[in-house]
Amino acid sequence: MVYEERNAWAGLIVSPITMLVYVVLVFQQAAGGPLTDVDWFPLMLWVIGGSIVAVIILSIAWGIIAGGKDAGGIGQADIRDRDISRLGGRVEQAFVVIAGLGVIALCAIGADVFWIANTMFAGFWVAATVGSVARVIAYRRGLV
Amino acid sequence: MVKPTRVSNRIRAHRESAGMTQADLARTVGVTRQTLIAIEQEKYSPTLELAFQIARAFGVGLDDLFQYPEQ
Repeated sequence: MVYEERNAWAGLIVSPITMLVYVVLVFQQAAGGPLTDVDWFPLMLWVIGGSIVAVIILSIAWGIIAGGKDAGGIGQADIRDRDISRLGGRVEQAFVVIAGLGVIALCAIGADVFWIANTMFAGFWVAATVGSVARVIAYRRGLV
Repeated sequence: MVKPTRVSNRIRAHRESAGMTQADLARTVGVTRQTLIAIEQEKYSPTLELAFQIARAFGVGLDDLFQYPEQ
């Protein structure tokens, strides 16, 4: 498995976990009350920061293990990686646009800032997840 | 399901007759071994530049290495 594929897998493994943690923390803080009263911003920042660190750590650990087996592929990216990355980027873009439209719609109806921010956050999360899935499929099944 | 490429190739045959491993050829043309495997298995169509580099590594023309079926 090449370096960039490992990164795609690392993102795919970490992102559902971090999203689950975020949702649990938000509901925990709401404690049955309205979600709009939750102090979501620090939670979101911690989850974003934590997920970035987790992906980096997982990727490094995986790289060390994989490097022992196939030292030639460590940290290398080539033309196929760039093609697959572009494909993933295009898939991601579509979902970010959908989330952006959702945010505009929420602003138009005067929704609480909690819903606006979390719609965008969910959009980024879905985009990143679907993009990673597209990358992994391209690595496994081929890109022609 | 990803549609297989219509471009077929004889890279493996040329590589084996040249006594090269996948790692050797990958290093020669500057890609990872996994990319070379994907090209050999026709799961990835190389760029024109990479196709020329592979052909040059064997000292053959593009037509000897890659085939595209008539309509």
